[in-house]
Amino acid sequence: MRRFQPVSVEQVCGTPLVIDSDVFVQSMQDMGVNFFTGVPDSILGGIIAELMIRRLYVPAVREDEAVGIAAGAYMAGRVPAVLMQNSGLGTCLNTLISLNLIYRQPCLLLVSWRGQDRNDAPEHRVMGEAMLQLLDTVRIPHRTLTEKTAVEDVRWVIDTSTKMHIPVVLLLAKGVVRGLHP
Amino acid sequence: MRPEEGTLISRAQAIATLLELLTDQPVVICNGFPSREAHKIADRPTHFYMVGSMGNAAAIALGVALVKPNRQVVTFDGDGNVLMGMGTLATVGALRPKNFIHVVFDNEVYGTTGNQPTISNVVPLDKVAKSAGYLNVERVLDRDDLVYEFKDMLKKDGPSFLLIKVNEFVEDAGRVVHEPPVITRRFMKAIEG
Repeated sequence: MRRFQPVSVEQVCGTPLVIDSDVFVQSMQDMGVNFFTGVPDSILGGIIAELMIRRLYVPAVREDEAVGIAAGAYMAGRVPAVLMQNSGLGTCLNTLISLNLIYRQPCLLLVSWRGQDRNDAPEHRVMGEAMLQLLDTVRIPHRTLTEKTAVEDVRWVIDTSTKMHIPVVLLLAKGVVRGLHP
Repeated sequence: MRPEEGTLISRAQAIATLLELLTDQPVVICNGFPSREAHKIADRPTHFYMVGSMGNAAAIALGVALVKPNRQVVTFDGDGNVLMGMGTLATVGALRPKNFIHVVFDNEVYGTTGNQPTISNVVPLDKVAKSAGYLNVERVLDRDDLVYEFKDMLKKDGPSFLLIKVNEFVEDAGRVVHEPPVITRRFMKAIEG
């Protein structure tokens, strides 16, 4: 099985390196994450397709539902991750606060960063700008995935969530992990 | 039939009846009076009492049920809660967990906030659940039917949906004494293995 390559020839040569979805999923599994649910986004499309091939993905219809399903899975003994677009953070904020934070339940949140690029669709602009402040305000730790530090990023998110018993966000900008569209 | 006609049992009576028929099954109980009343009637470590995250009780129970397919998982829900998280009826209907029993106490009001009407008097939640794909769906109005149908659901493959029409009476139950992190740890330990 392929692993993350912390140093890349491509980077030195100036070609952007993209993490393959199967490598990303395998690494999460290797680090103990064993329950995946969520609501799709195009940036997360490749990861979700890979999770579906591996029969690991429980599709939810809303992000707060996904966080609830993940909470149940956690209490039944799993290490859960929830995938969502950052707009979904708005939808599930109350669940993250009044379930995960209050009940001290860890959860990995893989959140795509729509609206990071000002050319993204208008509905993503406000959340794209406010997201980091929003997470800081409700004291949910976060980190942005980069190609160079991918292993460390995923490890940090899992460790922080497990140690603090709270949800932690890994932000995925466009093009870092291979999506469905080039 | 409107609850105030007085022919219906109270939610506390319904909870007491259900808890007599349950033993060590995990029970996820929605926020508000249902958790407080269940806690007063029989405080078991297999109970996950919720405060907040309204609308998510069934989702949490679903997460438990998916991970523990050989164990029956029950959720105690309310009409306001089901309406708020109605998408979860669809998710359950699509995934069809055999070990999932969804009990809804339907008093047609938001009891915890002062009895403002919900819309469950005109939207039959049992029919919504049936359309969404729940296999066994029953609507009961009294204790005898409740006992009969719930016993039956405990024997059958689900997902099952039991709608219990209850009146607006509220038991003087106080708050759940356990702190939320304690509820998490206690529940996890109780359903381990």
